[in-house]
This record gives sequence, C-alpha cells and structure tokens, in this order.
Amino acid sequence: MEREPILTIQNLKVSFTTSSGSFQVLRGISYDLKEGEIHSLVGESGSGKTVTSTCILGLLPSPSGHIDSGTITYRGKDITTLRGEALRLLRGKEIAMVFQEPSRYLNPAFRIGEQITEMLILHQDLKKTEAEEKTRDLLAQVGLGEKKDVFAKYPHELSGGMKQRAMIAMAISCGPSVLIADEPTTALDVTLQLQILHLILKLKKDFGMGVLFISHDLGVVYSISDRVSVIYAGRIVESASRDVLFSSPLHPYTRMLLLSIPDARRRGHRLKVIPGRVPEPRDIPPGCPFHPRCPQAEELCKVTTPETRSYGNGHSAACHFTEKPWNDS
Amino acid sequence: MNFALFFLKRLLRLLATLFLISTIVFFVIRVIPGDPALVIAGIDASPGEIEAIRATLGTDKPLAAQYFSWMGSLLRFDLGESLMTRQPVMKLILQRLPLTLSLAFLGIIIGMLIAVPLGVLSAVKRWSFWDYFGMAFSQAGIAIPSFWLGIILLLIFAVRIPIFPLFGSGTLAHLILPALSLGFARAAVILRITRAAMVEELGKEYIITARAKGLTEKLVKYKHALKNAMIPVITISGIQFGYMLGGAIIIEQVFSLPGLGRLFLTGIYQRDFTLIQGGVVFVAAVFSFINFLVDILYSLLNPRITLE
Repeated sequence: MEREPILTIQNLKVSFTTSSGSFQVLRGISYDLKEGEIHSLVGESGSGKTVTSTCILGLLPSPSGHIDSGTITYRGKDITTLRGEALRLLRGKEIAMVFQEPSRYLNPAFRIGEQITEMLILHQDLKKTEAEEKTRDLLAQVGLGEKKDVFAKYPHELSGGMKQRAMIAMAISCGPSVLIADEPTTALDVTLQLQILHLILKLKKDFGMGVLFISHDLGVVYSISDRVSVIYAGRIVESASRDVLFSSPLHPYTRMLLLSIPDARRRGHRLKVIPGRVPEPRDIPPGCPFHPRCPQAEELCKVTTPETRSYGNGHSAACHFTEKPWNDS
Repeated sequence: MNFALFFLKRLLRLLATLFLISTIVFFVIRVIPGDPALVIAGIDASPGEIEAIRATLGTDKPLAAQYFSWMGSLLRFDLGESLMTRQPVMKLILQRLPLTLSLAFLGIIIGMLIAVPLGVLSAVKRWSFWDYFGMAFSQAGIAIPSFWLGIILLLIFAVRIPIFPLFGSGTLAHLILPALSLGFARAAVILRITRAAMVEELGKEYIITARAKGLTEKLVKYKHALKNAMIPVITISGIQFGYMLGGAIIIEQVFSLPGLGRLFLTGIYQRDFTLIQGGVVFVAAVFSFINFLVDILYSLLNPRITLE
C-alpha cells in the first residue's frame, strides 16, 4: 500500500553565516516521510543530520542559520515561510521533537509534570486539572507510571533513561503526526537504548505517527527503521527501504558504513574504518564530495557531481559507478 | 533534603564566623591608637583621673582578662554596655535597627525594581535601545558615588522642588531619597547580573525544547528562561542587602538619619570599644542570617540545590 508522504523536504539548502563567512550545511537535500513510517537519516557527525531536523520547525540558531532555498511541505503546505503564531501552532502540536541529551533539553527549574502540562493547556485548551490528568496518563504510557511519581519530580531527580521517556511523553502529548527524534538514544547506555527504541516503535504503532529518526548508529537504525537515507556532506547519497539498503547498498559510502559495523561473526578480523573524515561545510571538494575517501573514485568523480538516480522500488543513490563490482575486503 | 541537618550545619558555621569576627574586632580596635578614657576625661585631665576612669571602664585590666570577660558575656547573648552612655549595646542597636533595616529593604526593593526588568529587557532585546540604555545606566550606577547622588537628590527634590523633607526621620517620605541613592548603585550591579544570566539561559538547550513545544515567546522567555536566570540574581541581591545594612553609614550621614551606621560611626569616633565590638558582631550575625535566607530561597528556585 503506497501512502502519501506527510512531510516532504525538497532540494533544501541551509546556510550558516558566521563572522568567518557564510557556508552551506545542507546542499540540496530531499527526502520524505509517510504516515506511520520510521524513516532514518544516517550519517557521520558533521554531515548535517541535526540541521536537517531543526530547520523543519524553524529552530535554526538565529540569526546565523537560514534556509536559502527549497521547500518543506507538511500536509501539502509549504512551511518554510511560516513565522510567528502559524509556526508556533505547528510546533509540538503537529510536529514534535525529541532531542539527544534530555538532561540539557529539559528545563532544570520545572517539574516534569509542569513541563508537559503547560503544553497541553496551550495546544489543547485543557483546564489545568484535565491537563494534569492527561499528563499522568502520558507518563504511564511511556513507562513512568503512578508509583514512580515522575510528575512531581525535577529532571535532575531522574535517571537518563527516565528523562528521555519524559521527553518522549512530552513530545507525543499533543498527538503530533510527525515525531522528529534526533539521536534520542545516543546519550543512553545500551540496555536503555533498546527500551527507548521499543517505546518509539510502540508509540508509532499506537498513534500512527511518522517518525523521522536521526542517528549515526547503524545498529539502532537497522532495528527500528522502515526506510533509511544516508546523508553525506549535506546531501542524501542513498535512500532505500531498510532491507534493501542493508542487503544491497549501491553507494560506496553506504557500503563502507555497513562494513564499519562491529559484527560478532567477523571476530578477529580488523574492523573496517572509512579513512578521512566528513569535509567541513566550508571546503566541500568539487565533484562528488565523497571522492577523496572513496576507493572506487575515478577522474569523473573529481569533476562532476553525480545526480541522484532511481533504481526502482524507492531505491535511489547518487554515484557515477553504482554498477562497478565491489570488493568487500 | 534534610532541613534540620541543614539548619544545624548553618548554625555551627554561624557560630564559628561570629567567634572569629568577635576575636578579630576585639584585638583590632585595641591595636589602633585611641583610648576611651582619654575621650571621656578630656585633654585637661590629670593622669590620676584618667587611671580612675580606666578602672571604672575596666580597660585597665589585662587584655586577656578583658577578652575572656567579653567572650563570656557574648555567650550569654550580652553585648555589654556602651563605655560612653552606659546603656546596653543591644538596646542602642535595637533602637536604631528599624530605620536602617527599612532603609536597606527599601533600597534593595528599588534596586531590584529598576534592575530586574531593565536587565531582562536588555537580554531579550540585545543591542537595542534598551540594552544600551541599561549598559549606560549600570556604568553610571557603578561610577556615581551614592553620597554624591544623595546630595544631588536632596538639592533637587528637597531644596529646589521641595517634595521630600530635607532632614529628619520617622516617615516613609524621609526614606525615599536615601533609599533611592542606595538602590541606584545596587541596581547597577543587579542589572548586569540579570542581563548576563538571562542571556546565558536564553542560549541553553531547554529553550530550543520550549520553542519546539510550541510555547509562546512570552512563556519561553519570561517563564522558562527567567526562572533559571533569577537564581544568581537572588543571590546577588541578598548579598547586596546585607552589604547595605552595614554600608549605609555615609548615606545616613548625608541624610542625617539616626540609623545603625551613625551609631557605629559615633562609637568609632569615641573609641567606644564595647559598642564597636557589639556592632560588628551584630552586623555579622545579621549578614549570616540573610545568607541563610538566600540559600533557602535559592533552593526553592533551583531544585538541583538541596539544603544540605
């Protein structure tokens, strides 16, 4: 069943202007998100993942960050130009966010209950007591039930996992259609990661939200996603359903990322790493931005930026030589 | 949060502070030149008369004996008698306290009323007219001595345009101008702290969350950022208040207000040892008590601080 995308990002370019000049962080990024789907954006640090998520709700750092061109379409409406009240009504109510470090993203001076209740009062016109009741329900839904009394606790009184659950409860409180989760498990230890992922999966199923999941951890991405897009130097270089992407990647960068996952079956072998690092936005190499790190690169890659081509079944990649045989070793 | 334990710890710290302060002040005033017996006897007195006065004052006894007798009475909450007026020091202090207390209180209120809104406005509308106005104001507030401001205020609002009384005390009207001159300098300090704290809080990650939640800018700034920004502001204001209790000496002179400052100043002029000692210990105790109150207030604003 093919569903209509609820959120479509098209050819989006975002720049930052600092005292040392202006540079483009997102260089024409395109992806979409369907209802009830978990779409993961994967990439290394510095590839533009976080900017991708913050620019959707107009939360780029002001005044340095700005959208140069492109569109963000939510339910058929371009929201890049929204300002003020119209934008505020979208935030939290239609599109909600969960951040990487809950201890920094929760306000230390207010009780958890208050931080969720205020949102319900504002967005859903609830009375204080109704909002409080709903908040307790929400906390119970994310596994912070009555007996833990998280409602009356301050963020610093909770563990990292509980804080992230509270953050998730806050994000889903107004029944958003889209949840943007920016590395929600990165700051947590492994057992908690799993719990939080299960929670996100469960909530997606219960509420039919589309989840934009941003991560650098391919293991996490594999366990949760329906679709995966790989981002490199401010562009999507490959996008496919999870199974296709993990079983038959086309882009050398994706292939190398997959090879860099530690795998128990290959114990004793040296772990593959991708040489070099993501280029800084101010000195992106010409041609294919990945060519200096790519073992397959040829002269063409140094001069011509590859177009994104479609390979059927929603699988697309931006590489000149996807047909070239790949040697894993 | 164990309040009893917190209280006990604070009490012990207070006692240690008072012990140190009283010891230091006892020896310091005896090291500086001057003899209360000479002040009482006058320049024409014979050595015999001076000796007799020393005997009645008790300053002829060995230093150690004087020290232990003073510490002994302190333990009984007795600050002793003024060497000059022969009245209990405690009574003298309590007579003057209400005036100084209301002056300091009014001063800090005026200071905060000016500083907090202006500081918040400066931070929220950075590099706007209000920000520059606030910066100019705090520069002026720090640079202008309060006694000078006091004199100017008197000249304008008591002499040229006589809205306020020139001297005297007893009504609120008598306190407005001195409190204003005190509060002005306090406002300068509090304003800078408020602005800096507010700017810092507005740059924190939880502000992004608050915006992402779809809160109004009003709530983001004046609820989420402000409550956190108030933490250092309250601390500074408390310290400033304590400072004013002992530091209103010059302003009390300018406005001829019979407050604690004038009492202590007279005591120093006359080498009234017991009055000076009692005064310093009293101010130190009040100062410690204010810090204690500030800590409690602090823990209410900042839940991460537990009273321990």
